[in-house]
Amino acid sequence: MNMPAIHIENLTKRYGEGDTAVDALKGVDMTIWPGEVVGLVGPSGSGKSTLLKCLGAVIEPSSGRMTLGGQTIFDAAWKIDDLRTLRRDRIGFIFQAPYLIPFLDVTDNVALLPMLAGMPDAASRSRALELLNALDVGHRAKAAVAQLSGGEQQRVSIARALANHPPVILADEPTAPLDSERALNVVRMLNQMAQQYQTAIIVVTHDEKIIPTFKRIYHIRDGRTYEEAGEGREV
Amino acid sequence: MINLAGRDILHGWGKFVFTGIGLGLLIGVTLTMAGVYRGMVDDANVMIDNSGADLWVVQQDTLGPYAEPSSVRDDVARDLLGRSGILDAGNVTYLTMQASAVKQATGQRREVRVMLVGFEPGKPGEPAYLVAGRPIVRSHYEALADLKTGFALGEKVRLRRHDYTVVGLTQRMVSSGGDPMIFIPLQDAQEVQFLKDNDALINERARTASNPAFNRPNVPGLLEAVQASQTTSHFVNTVLVRLAPGADAEEVAGEIRRWKHLQAYTRAQMEEILIARLIATSSKQIFMFLVILAIVSAAIVAFIIYTMTLNKMREIAVLKLIGATNQTISSMILQQALGLGLIGFMVGKLSATLWAPLFPKYILLLPEDAISGFFLVMLMCALASIFAIRAALRVDPANAIG
Ligand SMILES: Nc1ncnc2c1ncn2[C@@H]1O[C@H](COP(=O)(O)OP(=O)(O)O)[C@@H](O)[C@H]1O
Ligand SMILES: [Mg+2]
Repeated sequence: MNMPAIHIENLTKRYGEGDTAVDALKGVDMTIWPGEVVGLVGPSGSGKSTLLKCLGAVIEPSSGRMTLGGQTIFDAAWKIDDLRTLRRDRIGFIFQAPYLIPFLDVTDNVALLPMLAGMPDAASRSRALELLNALDVGHRAKAAVAQLSGGEQQRVSIARALANHPPVILADEPTAPLDSERALNVVRMLNQMAQQYQTAIIVVTHDEKIIPTFKRIYHIRDGRTYEEAGEGREV
Repeated sequence: MINLAGRDILHGWGKFVFTGIGLGLLIGVTLTMAGVYRGMVDDANVMIDNSGADLWVVQQDTLGPYAEPSSVRDDVARDLLGRSGILDAGNVTYLTMQASAVKQATGQRREVRVMLVGFEPGKPGEPAYLVAGRPIVRSHYEALADLKTGFALGEKVRLRRHDYTVVGLTQRMVSSGGDPMIFIPLQDAQEVQFLKDNDALINERARTASNPAFNRPNVPGLLEAVQASQTTSHFVNTVLVRLAPGADAEEVAGEIRRWKHLQAYTRAQMEEILIARLIATSSKQIFMFLVILAIVSAAIVAFIIYTMTLNKMREIAVLKLIGATNQTISSMILQQALGLGLIGFMVGKLSATLWAPLFPKYILLLPEDAISGFFLVMLMCALASIFAIRAALRVDPANAIG
């Protein structure tokens, strides 16, 4: 499969207009391949979240081009009407905090996504269970979210991101609240999942503990990206 | 698909149920207010029915005897008897007053506000059935009391200056104001209503005696005759007429009006007077209460659902980000509002049913009021959820990302 999972060219994003306009992205190029885990590193205010929101089809870029699995989804304007369905079926999200739905149990937090995509309940739940097992939280499947530790919650949120088998997962500082061991554990899970499901994963981080694990890193500074080979340390 | 609303409710069911109970008590008050109105209308209708009359003959230019004072001479009934279309006619007096009785056990005097009805035994105006005891057979100092007075058979009830023995009990005999009725013989009632106390009587006699027009030494017996006429009353409040079979009420009423300079009302007219005029102010009062209670309940639902939604803004942003549709999110909020309404309605219906019998006045909870109440509550909850739904739909899914 020689198609990049994500490819963007000269992507820009300007917030606001006139005097108060902020150019958060000033021309970003990026290519991520299936099964790859790539770091996106930069200081606060450099445009990491903005880029992630553009990639996640949550906000509209100002100009440039963006393809997802070979399909052009943005070229000066959205090329797709239903961004919600695009997000649901083709992009997984992992946040800094797990942001699980507190009133659903662990299984249903994961199963909700395939259900929203129209998969029958039983099939959705068995897929959720399979992912939870892969992430070593299968034994907590019936637990309430509040009963889980921070690390367990984050693994459930990874399972949720994978639930619809999206080609791309966007992770926004997923290890920020975790200690070193748990942070590396999460990275190990992400690498394993990327391999297993051939998912491209972009990890926004400034977590020094995990930066050495990436094989490839995009540095972002002042709205522009610079690619760099990472250490690719085994975890 | 998971029912998100249901799961959220189960997750925080304590808060939800307590809110529902609070709302329910308000709805219960609302249903009770409607019941108060229905009870008033029903009391009025029952009073009309139980009077056994087809026509009410009252003083000209009055809306008597219930809505306005009316006095008619008591010989009118006799005159009416001979006329065509009229089967029977009875003199009746009505007076709202305090009755009291001494409780045997405790020796305490208990006061009850009653409507005192004076009637002629065997004539229209006599209660049609008794739930206990016997009809009045003596011409003085016997009484029939409604169950709601709380008086028992054999109990002595004080009305003004005399004690009356309760010999029979009636049921659902109340005035349009909800006061239970006590029935006594007409002459006793006339005395209670029209006659003065002893001092006033003595004064009156002295005044008459000192009036040279009445106290003429050369006309023996004049003073006594005048004084006798002053101490007996010949007035009643209304004459109740029962029509002969086949007689036309409107026609007979029209004849009475022309013939005697009296007013005569048919049953339909009397209903109109009672419901459209006598209790009109009360029903407007109740209606205002209903409107305010409905607004307060709606505001509470809106507030609760709104805060519940505000507390879920982050989850809603996440749901939107991961692809939940606006419809999924709005229906979650709508279902919660309706769920709250459902709990509220059930609690309200239950509490109204439980506390209605404790009210001093009759409260009639009609099933159709409950049904329309249910739909109103649901509609109100749906409308109240609009604010929360609008707030939820405005949430930017980008908020979920830092
Ligand atoms: N909604 C917004 N409106 C205006 N400016 C914004 C908005 N979001 C971010 N910015 C600005 O864009 C720049 C990049 O922000 P962001 O993408 O959040 O950076 P990072 O995630 O790397 O900290 C910052 O200067 C920030 O102030
Ligand atoms: Mg950020």
